[in-house]
Amino acid sequence: ARSQNAFGKGLLGLLARDHLDEDAWEEIEDSLITADVGIDATRDIVDRLRERTRVLGTRSAGELRDLLATELVTALDPGLDRSLRTTGRDGVPAVLLVVGVNGAGKTTTCGKIARVLVADGRSVTLGAADTFRAAAADQLETWGGRVGAETVRGAEGADPASVAFDAVRRGIDAGTDTVLIDTAGRLQNKIGLMDELGKVKRVVEKHGPIDETLLILDATTGQNGLEQARVFTEVVNVTGVVLTKLDGTAKGGIVIAVQRKLGIPVKLVGLGEGADDLAPFDPAQFVDALLGTEPLARDA
Amino acid sequence: MFDTLSDRLSGIFTKLRGKGRLTDADIDATAREIRLALLEADVALPVVKGFIANVKERARSAEVSQALNPAQQIVKIVNEELINVLGGEGRRLQFAKQPPTVIMLAGLQGSGKTTLAGKLARWLKAQGHQPLLVAADLQRPNAVGQLQVLGGRAGVEVYAPEPGNGTGDPVQVARASIEHAKRAARDIVIVDTAGRLGIDAEMMQQAADIRDAVDPDEVIFVIDAMVGQDAVRTAEAFRDGVGITGVVLSKLDGDARGGAALSVREVTGQPILFASTGEKLEDFDVFHPDRMASRILGMGDVLTLIEQA
Ligand SMILES: Nc1nc2c(ncn2[C@@H]2O[C@H](COP(=O)(O)OP(=O)(O)OP(=O)(O)O)[C@@H](O)[C@H]2O)c(=O)[nH]1
Ligand SMILES: Nc1nc2c(ncn2[C@@H]2O[C@H](COP(=O)(O)OP(=O)(O)OP(=O)(O)O)[C@@H](O)[C@H]2O)c(=O)[nH]1
Ligand SMILES: [Mg+2]
Ligand SMILES: [Mg+2]
Repeated sequence: ARSQNAFGKGLLGLLARDHLDEDAWEEIEDSLITADVGIDATRDIVDRLRERTRVLGTRSAGELRDLLATELVTALDPGLDRSLRTTGRDGVPAVLLVVGVNGAGKTTTCGKIARVLVADGRSVTLGAADTFRAAAADQLETWGGRVGAETVRGAEGADPASVAFDAVRRGIDAGTDTVLIDTAGRLQNKIGLMDELGKVKRVVEKHGPIDETLLILDATTGQNGLEQARVFTEVVNVTGVVLTKLDGTAKGGIVIAVQRKLGIPVKLVGLGEGADDLAPFDPAQFVDALLGTEPLARDA
Repeated sequence: MFDTLSDRLSGIFTKLRGKGRLTDADIDATAREIRLALLEADVALPVVKGFIANVKERARSAEVSQALNPAQQIVKIVNEELINVLGGEGRRLQFAKQPPTVIMLAGLQGSGKTTLAGKLARWLKAQGHQPLLVAADLQRPNAVGQLQVLGGRAGVEVYAPEPGNGTGDPVQVARASIEHAKRAARDIVIVDTAGRLGIDAEMMQQAADIRDAVDPDEVIFVIDAMVGQDAVRTAEAFRDGVGITGVVLSKLDGDARGGAALSVREVTGQPILFASTGEKLEDFDVFHPDRMASRILGMGDVLTLIEQA
């Protein structure tokens, strides 16, 4: 069992109070900040919450907690379509491009997504367009072997765009359903590397449009996560976020800012290093875990 | 990307200009802005609270009220305190009296351990040492191969008796590596370990077992500079789980402010030894607390600002 986070404890304190004083509000603000929600989003959310409690005449901390959860879920726009476009058209495979900063979990997520698709009876081609990091292609190939997907790779130091192009070519020729392209980690302030990524996208699109571009965000990431989402979206038009490493103590609150500011939905969450540790993103569950009441379980 | 502290403070400074003395309200207003800037830089909340309390206390003391320009003085205090918490002069690696010196790396998944192993090996070799890299991450797919490639680039031997990918006992490999190092006359052993979560009791125990098997002179906690509020909990878990003697901040070539540096220093009490600043083996530097202080607060701008205040 996981211990409750600061909010959980704070909430117990709140429950003991019979009215909501300034300290109570500060506790709420603090708990959001400790979950990496960020100052701007925290303030907006708390302001709205204050307004609503005033209108509704909320007294008890239990009601307040429910209202806060509702605010947070609303901030995540639960009506959004979070499905993954993994089905191609006219005999052409669906193409998914996987991007993000170094070490976020891109390669692992490629393996996990492939696992889900293969288990669903679909064929998958993996494209090892990380030709830079030591043993990156081997790592993807290991995943391919684990889950039953072919891996297309180039020589070390090869042009990532041409490897990605070849992977899609191979997917078309072999008639696979989905092509997943793993790319090298890059920090979003590296202009040269971001240009390289833009080129990968353009070259792949010679085969047709990319169906899904997934930004992998590590749940431990703080406020820089928003900047990551902003720049990657600018360069390759991110269509969804995968929030990894949610099996740790980090809450991943930065995705609230990403959703609010950029409108990019989280589609999947990573809950471990194993092939099956991937789950759809459920806003209500995520908020419960963020508020420390119900940690996300691997079998969520 | 963010409002820098100088943006935040310039308004306050304008108001304070010409005032000979700061009221408590002035100090509170300045402290509030500094608090926000620290939070935006991802310094963990409990650390921010303690830090601000210190700053306020010093700001209320005689040194400020007697200063010529009190607002300027507060910012100087913040800067000094930051550098202070970040480690002042810093520290060098501790070497064993009887070689080999053993350096064990530990941290969360993807934080930059294996890359750092290669960097340390290259750096130490350039100083005339004979390092040995040890592949004790037998879990992450192709971690062993990754270390072998990096060892090749650094021109350093890699001890990798097990293939990894779930095969082999990392504790056993770590233990045997010390004998191997002695036989091969290596004077430094760098042990790469698998990434692990602070709350993964089994994996933390494994880390403790590796530590006990190699009796390291340094246990270096590698943490990603982009980490947010979780830095405190994770650092506590590694401090309690394996014991930390030093910290390396990785991915400092990014544009994260890196407030985690402050959090980790505060929690572990151990020095930040190095900054990892890129993917290539030469992207590596000793840690400079003063530069980090400026970075966390956008202090370069602030120092200019106080000159005008
Ligand atoms: N606990 C946990 N670990 C994860 C998760 N996803 C990935 N990892 C681990 O994080 C580390 C980095 O994962 P990778 O998939 O190699 O990350 P990447 O983004 O491809 O890294 P680069 O290609 O080097 O930029 C590995 O040790 C993974 O096993 C997750 O959801 N939970
Ligand atoms: N930009 C940048 N990338 C880095 C730095 N240090 C490591 N990386 C990259 O971050 C990713 C993860 O680095 P690794 O050294 O594999 O991290 P690790 O801690 O060994 O990861 P696991 O073994 O999976 O836990 C790789 O893509 C590295 O190239 C750095 O200082 N700057
Ligand atoms: Mg990868
Ligand atoms: Mg590693």
